[in-house]
Amino acid sequence: MNAMTPTKNPTPPNHIGNNRGGNGWGDHHEDQYESASPLGKRIGLWIFMGVASILFSSLISAYVVRMGLSDWHPLPEPWWLWANTATLILASVFLQWSLNSAKQGNLTVTKNGIMLGGLFGALFIVGQVWAWLQFINLGYFVETNPANTFFYLMTALHGAHLLGGLVAWIRTQRTVQRNESATKVVLGVEMCTVYWHFLLVVWLVLFGLMLLT
Amino acid sequence: MAKAEHVEAEQHHDDHDDHHEPQGIWQKYIFSQDHKIIAIQYTLTAIFVGLIGLGLSGVMRLQLGFPGDFGITDAFYFQAITMHGMIMVVYLLTALLLGGFGNYLIPLMLGARDMAFPYLNMLSYWFYFVSVVVLLASFFVPGGPTGAGWTLYPPQSILPNTPGADGLGIVLMIGSLAIFIVAATMGGLNYVVTVLQLRAKGMTLMRMPLSIWGIFTASILALLAFPALFVGAVMMMFDNLLGTSFFMPAIVDAAGNLVSASPDKPAYSGGSPLLFQHLFWYFGHPEVYIVALPAFGVISDVLATHARKTIFGYHMMVWAILAIGVISFVVWAHHMFVSGMNPYFGFFFASTTLVIAIPTAIKVYNWIFTLWRGNIRLNTPMLWCIGFISTFLIGGLTGLWLGNVIVDIPLSDTYFVIAHFHLVMGVSAVFAIFAGLYHWFPKVTGRHLNKIMSRTHFWVTFVGVYVVFLPMHYLGFEGMPRRYPSYGEDFNFPASATDLNAFITIAAIIMGIVQFVFIFNMAWSAFKGKKAEGNPWESTTLEWQTPDTPPVHGNWGPSLPVVHRWAYDYSVPGANKDYLTQDTAPSATAPRSDRHLDDHGTHNNGHED
Repeated sequence: MNAMTPTKNPTPPNHIGNNRGGNGWGDHHEDQYESASPLGKRIGLWIFMGVASILFSSLISAYVVRMGLSDWHPLPEPWWLWANTATLILASVFLQWSLNSAKQGNLTVTKNGIMLGGLFGALFIVGQVWAWLQFINLGYFVETNPANTFFYLMTALHGAHLLGGLVAWIRTQRTVQRNESATKVVLGVEMCTVYWHFLLVVWLVLFGLMLLT
Repeated sequence: MAKAEHVEAEQHHDDHDDHHEPQGIWQKYIFSQDHKIIAIQYTLTAIFVGLIGLGLSGVMRLQLGFPGDFGITDAFYFQAITMHGMIMVVYLLTALLLGGFGNYLIPLMLGARDMAFPYLNMLSYWFYFVSVVVLLASFFVPGGPTGAGWTLYPPQSILPNTPGADGLGIVLMIGSLAIFIVAATMGGLNYVVTVLQLRAKGMTLMRMPLSIWGIFTASILALLAFPALFVGAVMMMFDNLLGTSFFMPAIVDAAGNLVSASPDKPAYSGGSPLLFQHLFWYFGHPEVYIVALPAFGVISDVLATHARKTIFGYHMMVWAILAIGVISFVVWAHHMFVSGMNPYFGFFFASTTLVIAIPTAIKVYNWIFTLWRGNIRLNTPMLWCIGFISTFLIGGLTGLWLGNVIVDIPLSDTYFVIAHFHLVMGVSAVFAIFAGLYHWFPKVTGRHLNKIMSRTHFWVTFVGVYVVFLPMHYLGFEGMPRRYPSYGEDFNFPASATDLNAFITIAAIIMGIVQFVFIFNMAWSAFKGKKAEGNPWESTTLEWQTPDTPPVHGNWGPSLPVVHRWAYDYSVPGANKDYLTQDTAPSATAPRSDRHLDDHGTHNNGHED
């Protein structure tokens, strides 16, 4: 362990508080360097959503290419997929309601909103599994046609992201239910809500693609 | 350090040390969230798996040099080429450059205490670890690993009789890649957020060392490119296990029956093998730069330090990195010129491929200008840098040949291509890794590597790569195709080609053995090597300015460093020594060099004050 050179650290101590904000430099938290700042967490979430978008874009481009080949027979669009879509929209609405309430400091509504949002999100997943079973009952097996395969693959990959969203929701939910102050949970609720909105948008794009083709 | 000045801060530091410093071997070394430990874990795992890749190349060379003499079956040869390629590109180079160097250098070079998301960082390593275990498990399942070639092209990769297709080989390969991609995403997310968010005060983007620029841009590329491979992998898994036809066309086997995934599944029909190639290379070409950009960065920093020169054209270097990153997404189909594409399509991808040579050439020129009239210290890291420039230059020039459709078509799938990508991507990236490992070893371990072993390792490897890969250009011109375990009578090669193959094999084996000198050197020096000072290379960047060597948890002691200048203040005229560390305040030096000394973090073009 060697001593530092004499020119080292001619600067004043730079401990907690005096290097935050203002300069456009890193938003440091010396007291809790093990976690990112709220902005860092938001950036992290957006990057993750970007990665997931690339994933679904790759899937969609594969869909479009494969669709152009001669053996493509599109799936029907039964009512239950519309019902599922409505469920996912409701999940987003309730989460947004929860977020708005958290920002206004209304903890009770925040708690109710996030609870309902998550329940509808979970209901969507159950609904998608049920949709799979319905299609299988009708004879639309995964290997019978590439259109079927894409339906199962897209809903499965979307479902995997939804399960991640549920984990995030469970964590946020626990924090919110334990917490005494709505303002302290805004960031968590916001991250959860934004991610579920993203999942809704992805589903609308995928569902729209399947409807249009 | 003047500790008395920091009573309050010290007190605070102690508080959070009590809270955060992991106790116990389990948390400190196994499930550590400390970026330095994770970096070492990544590095050692990657080196371990890389040695397996090296062993597999020995298998190939024995068969090619002395066909049939070593009892290597065709199936095992195919498995060896497949696993060698995938291990080297993904599990060694990508993991070591991003997971190893990225984890170690980002917080230390930027003056942060750790990554933005340490828990995610730990998960990233363990996902990587599991992906390696799954990959290596395929050696032990019935049928062995997949032998489809590292590009895993369907239909070959999942057709019966391809090694590993009947058993679990291909499933484990695809599964392992999917897990690796999860690991790389977690890591990439962390690297990007850390660079954007946790830079020390004064560390503007344009003061960041080029290593960080390289790793940062490569992380973005990884985040953008890996999802396509993930999708391709999942779709292939569907075709293989569920009998779907994403990529699988109707195929008739030797008995005249249509092929299906299993007897109870319908026959494959209508799928597009080309679709997989597009997904694979949409990932695969940026992957080249995911490896190359961190290598460029490391070379730039090591070169400037040991040449005692400012890096030539820093801004241009940064822009070149970004330009390469962008263009790398529109060149992928140059891997598919022989797939029968529309000529205009080929023209487009040939053009973009040649355009990428411009920013790349800028970098090579700038490295050479950095060396020009430098006070060059031929330390081992510097030797690797100079070696890198030569191999990268030669490999890059043959890339210009292959980027042209009309030259590529006759040379496609020959040893010319093997020679090209090994020099430009394999050897060069490995040289950059060695440059980095030799350069930062004293910081990571607090000890120096043994000089004689280091020099032996460098010189044998440096001469070795030329002896091995230069003749392969000639063999490629002779028409020697890749992925053939032996050539028989049909090829009518001159005897010189056979002799050359034997010669290459002997050279490759000597070079392979010398790598163990390096392994021994690292292991021995880590415990018995000469003790290193904190900044033995007299480098400017922050990682050398830590109060402890090796740096302890939290990196910086009570107070974070403050950055006052860029990373390349070597041989500043009038300064009292030949380097000014990034945290040297302007007042501590006289006179100020005009550029890069602006304390407000903006580039002032010499008009400050």
